[in-house]
Amino acid sequence: MHDIERLIDTLANALRAALAARAASAPALVGVHTGGVWIAERLRERLDLPGPIGTLDISFYRDDFTRVGMNPQVRPSHLPFDLEGRHVILVDDVLHTGRTTRAALNEIFDYGRPASVLLAVLVDRGGRELPIAADAVGAHVDLAPGENIKLTGPDPLKLTIQKRP
Amino acid sequence: MNPASIQLDAQGRLKHFLTIEGLKRQHLIDILDTAESLTGVAERRVKKLPTLRGKTVANLFFESSTRTRTTFELAAKRLSADVLTVNIATSSTSKGETLLDTVRNIEAMQCDMFVVRHAASGAAEFIARHVRPHIAVLNAGDGRHAHPTQAMLDMLTIRRHKGPAFQDLRVAIVGDILHSRVARSDIHALNVLGCANVRVVAPRTLLPPEVGTLGVQVFHDLDQGLRDVDVVIMLRLQRERMSGALLPSAQEYYQQYGLTEERLAVARPDAIVMHPGPINRGVEMASAVVDGPRSVILEQVTNGIAVRMAVMSITLGNQSSPAEDA
Repeated sequence: MHDIERLIDTLANALRAALAARAASAPALVGVHTGGVWIAERLRERLDLPGPIGTLDISFYRDDFTRVGMNPQVRPSHLPFDLEGRHVILVDDVLHTGRTTRAALNEIFDYGRPASVLLAVLVDRGGRELPIAADAVGAHVDLAPGENIKLTGPDPLKLTIQKRP
Repeated sequence: MNPASIQLDAQGRLKHFLTIEGLKRQHLIDILDTAESLTGVAERRVKKLPTLRGKTVANLFFESSTRTRTTFELAAKRLSADVLTVNIATSSTSKGETLLDTVRNIEAMQCDMFVVRHAASGAAEFIARHVRPHIAVLNAGDGRHAHPTQAMLDMLTIRRHKGPAFQDLRVAIVGDILHSRVARSDIHALNVLGCANVRVVAPRTLLPPEVGTLGVQVFHDLDQGLRDVDVVIMLRLQRERMSGALLPSAQEYYQQYGLTEERLAVARPDAIVMHPGPINRGVEMASAVVDGPRSVILEQVTNGIAVRMAVMSITLGNQSSPAEDA
C-alpha cells in the first residue's frame, strides 16, 4: 500500500531539517524494538551517520505492566555509546498513543542525560493520549476505528493496515 | 492439585515459581530470554528499572542464606520494588499453623510477593495455596525438594557459555545428590531444555533411591563421569554428613570425588565448572579449580540477580491486580 522507501526519504528529509534547526551535530540514533530499529538502520544510511545504533526494548518501562504482564519476547536494550551530552534521535515505526515514547524517554534518561532528544517516526497515526509529538514524520495516516497499522520486516519492510481482532 | 499446576494460571502462564517440574520448555526459555535482557542493567548509569515500582516484596527466610537472600533482595530493588527481609528463626516445633500465622501477618502488611526459603520440602507451595490471589510466591529453596531460581541461573550461565543447543551438551553433577535441591532442580531444567546427557556422579550413599527415574546416567567414578563433559556442576558437601554413616572421612571423599585440575583433564578442554555456593574449599573441590580459568562460579552469582529479576517481573506481571479480582 505504501512505498516504504519514499516514506523513509520523506522522514530523512524532515529529520535533516529538524537537526539543522536545533543545530544538533553528531547525533546518536536509538531505535525502539523492533520496527524502530529497522527504520533507524535506514536513517543511518540516508543521513550518513557514523557509529552504531542504540536499541531499546521498553518492556520493563511499560505503564500497562500490571495489566498485561511481561512481554515474553523481550530483547536486551543496548546503547553502545555514552548518551551524556549527545543529541539523540529516538526512532519508532508508528506513533499512536505516545505511551511507548514516554517509556522510551524514561529509559534513555536512565542511561545518561542527553543534550536533546528528537523523535522520528515513520507513521503518525494520531490518537495521542499523552502530550507527545514527533519532530520528523514519514507520513500521517488516518485510520478507521478498529484499524491498526503494522510494520513488518526487516526485508522487505512493509506497512499493512489490519482490522483489530 | 500438584505443585506444577498451582504455579500456572488458567492460560498456562507462570504466576508462582515453585518448581521446574511441570513447566514447558517455553516457560524456561522465556525466563532465560527475559533474564538475558536484564543482564545489562548493572552497567547503566541508573542500575534500576521501574517495572515493580510501588510493589512490595517480602523475603521470608526461615533458613539462613546469604547469597540467595541478598541476590533476591538486590533483584527486587533493581526492579524498584520495596523489599522487606524477614529472617525467621526456625524452631523445631514450627508447624503449618505457625507458618500460616506468619504468612497472614505479612499479608496484612500488603505485600505483593513472598520469596520463601524453608527447611521443609513443600513450604513455598503450602504458602502459595493459602495466600490471597494477587500475591506471587517464589521458592528460594525448600528442604531437599527444589531450588528453581538456582536451576535457572545455572541454565543461564550454561547458555551464555555454550549456546542454546542444550541437546548437544554433556553435563555432570557431582557430589551430594541425595540432599541437594539444587541437583533436583538442575536435572529437571536440563531435561526440559532437551539435554539428553545428564550425569550424576556420587557414592551410592549420597544418591536418592529414585535416581533411576530422574533421566540421568549414574556414575560412581569421577574420572568416568567427567569424561568429555562440557559442564561440571559441583555440589556442596555438608560437613555434618561426614559425621553420620554416609561417608567415611573428608580425606577419603576428597580423594574419590574432590575436583582438582588433574581430575578435570578428562573433561572437554573448554568445560566450565560451576558451584551453587557456599564452597568448602578442599572438601568437594580444590581452591585451584575454584579460582581457576574454567570456574564460572562468580558469574553464577551475577546471573542470579538477572534470573531473579526475570522471575519476579514475569510472575508479578501475570498476577491480576486486586482491583481486577473485585
